[in-house]
Amino acid sequence: MNIVVCVKQVPDTTEVKIDPATNTLIRQGVPSIVNPFDKNAVEAALQLKDKHGGKVTVMTMGPGQAKDALKECLAMGADEAILVTDRAFGGADTLATSYTLAAAIQKSGKYDIILCGKQAIDGDTAQVGPEIAEHLGIPQVSYAAKLEVDGDMARVEREHEDGYEVLEVKLPVLVTVVKSMNEPRYPTIKGTMKANRAVIAEMTKAELDVEEMRLGLKGSPTQVRKIFTPPARTQGVLISKDTAREAVAELITRLSAAKIV
Amino acid sequence: MAVKVRIDQCVGCGVCVSGCPFGAIAMKEGKAEIGDACTVCGACVDSCPVGAIEQKTEEKQVAMDKSEYKHVWVYIEVDDGVLRNVGLELLGQGRKLADTMGQKLAGVLIGDGIAGVTKDVLAYGADMVYLVEGPELAHYSTDGYTAVVQDLINTYKPSVVLMGATTNGRDLGPRVACRIGTGLTADCTDLGIDEQTGLVAWTRPAFGGNIMATILCPDHRPQMGTIRPSVFKKLQPDYAKTGEVIRVASKVKAEDIRTKLVEVIHVCSASCNLEEAEIIVSGGRGMCKPENFVLIERLAAVLGGAVGASRAAVDAGWKPAMHQVGQTGKTVGPKIYIACGISGAIQHLAGMSSSDIVIAINKDPDAPIFKVADYGIVGDVMEILPILTAEFQKIKAS
Repeated sequence: MNIVVCVKQVPDTTEVKIDPATNTLIRQGVPSIVNPFDKNAVEAALQLKDKHGGKVTVMTMGPGQAKDALKECLAMGADEAILVTDRAFGGADTLATSYTLAAAIQKSGKYDIILCGKQAIDGDTAQVGPEIAEHLGIPQVSYAAKLEVDGDMARVEREHEDGYEVLEVKLPVLVTVVKSMNEPRYPTIKGTMKANRAVIAEMTKAELDVEEMRLGLKGSPTQVRKIFTPPARTQGVLISKDTAREAVAELITRLSAAKIV
Repeated sequence: MAVKVRIDQCVGCGVCVSGCPFGAIAMKEGKAEIGDACTVCGACVDSCPVGAIEQKTEEKQVAMDKSEYKHVWVYIEVDDGVLRNVGLELLGQGRKLADTMGQKLAGVLIGDGIAGVTKDVLAYGADMVYLVEGPELAHYSTDGYTAVVQDLINTYKPSVVLMGATTNGRDLGPRVACRIGTGLTADCTDLGIDEQTGLVAWTRPAFGGNIMATILCPDHRPQMGTIRPSVFKKLQPDYAKTGEVIRVASKVKAEDIRTKLVEVIHVCSASCNLEEAEIIVSGGRGMCKPENFVLIERLAAVLGGAVGASRAAVDAGWKPAMHQVGQTGKTVGPKIYIACGISGAIQHLAGMSSSDIVIAINKDPDAPIFKVADYGIVGDVMEILPILTAEFQKIKAS
């Protein structure tokens, strides 16, 4: 079974802070990590490989430094890594990104399953996965919490607002996974050493069967108009009393006065 | 569009470097240099104190006659014959957009045996309804619904399409946008009309809610976006209103749907219907152990509200992921949000800061949650919750 996992290198948004003086993001010291949901996707791929055999290829689109993310996935146990990189890909929105990745997946050979995290924590769009499936013309199942493969059929439990739906679909299929699907394994020392030595294949525009006008900024229908820091909610009253009873009484008085209760 | 530094004017102060939300600017030989990560957002243009950065509009490929595309559409999900709230909320906001643009507002309904709800769509603000019914459409499927929406868009050419940012909305939106070849802005928390261009201005949080971005889709139609539940308010329904219902025959055949729905498992009761709850009581790490969530559940039950949990509480296995509020969980906007033992990490705030009233209980007076709380109690949540529950019970009884 050939499994392709699409990953993204993202800034660890839990470490991002706002400079209160300038109201801008402080990026210094913010580590780059593999998007957490993508690690669940890598783990899902490795579990399928453990059970059914095959090959796991991780792929990312990004600048040279995104190789670090690929190496982390190799250290977890992925077999191959491909960096899709070119100046022409810069400034891509989800449509241009998915177009480029779909072309790279097609170029990389035969695939049975494509896995993605449900969304990336920097953009949170959850769009690139479904759009890759559309470019490739294959079915998709998003928000998967469980994935089993039997022959050429996949059985997926898809997380929903109030439960799950169980879907069956013939391979090839693209599946995006949620956090509760699994616990990503840690890289082994052996795996890390192997990953450090690994040569990461690069695919540039020249290697892909793509139209220039559909790449990067040029191929992106959406445009950022402006960026701003969200208006802060204002702090209200802070009740600090000697006993819990007094504090609750104070709260109820205030809520009643404001006609909230 | 491109952003350029006028090298002769750059004084090398570096303000743009820290001001760039994408880390795309570096100082090279004392001058700012814009790298590959640039998304042309223009943040640096505004931040440069000497006006040395300019944003230029480049020729883009425009193969589309945009004037053909008119009117605002809202796709409204129907769940077991009931319209999802977010769809009705979007009719309210869609009404405003349509009025500003001087165009019509249409509701799009897809399902089987759902003609009865068209009157609700009209009552909540739509001028007309597109209704597509068929046995294959009784339940949502990516393939079936994508084909229907694509067909509708190609036939009737709307200028704007709004969808709820629900599980299915976020599954359908990208598939449709990609097939049509247009832009889609995900998970918006605000919607307006950009004064300068007359385009829809889609505003959404990014970087875990640390920044907001306003997105435009200038050259492609329709302009599409998914919008979070509970951001906009429903209009007062007016059942005296009438409008045209256009029935469109479904071309979808059973074999077009490549995913087979085997089973639907409902595991949640009202307590986890966070998106539509008016009151939410949420617990975090400060609840100390899973058993203590009973205190949260009791208060929620008394108030008739839903139960939420922070990421820390979900990661610890105290509550299933369906209860998680925050960036990687659910986004909620209830009338009252009660945060119990939740410190208020930015990820959590991103999921609940559109609540009308926030009440926070935490023993740390410096907890960030207090910065967004209308009412904060500094104290032991385990002690306070039972008393608070008893007080609310008294109020309810009286």
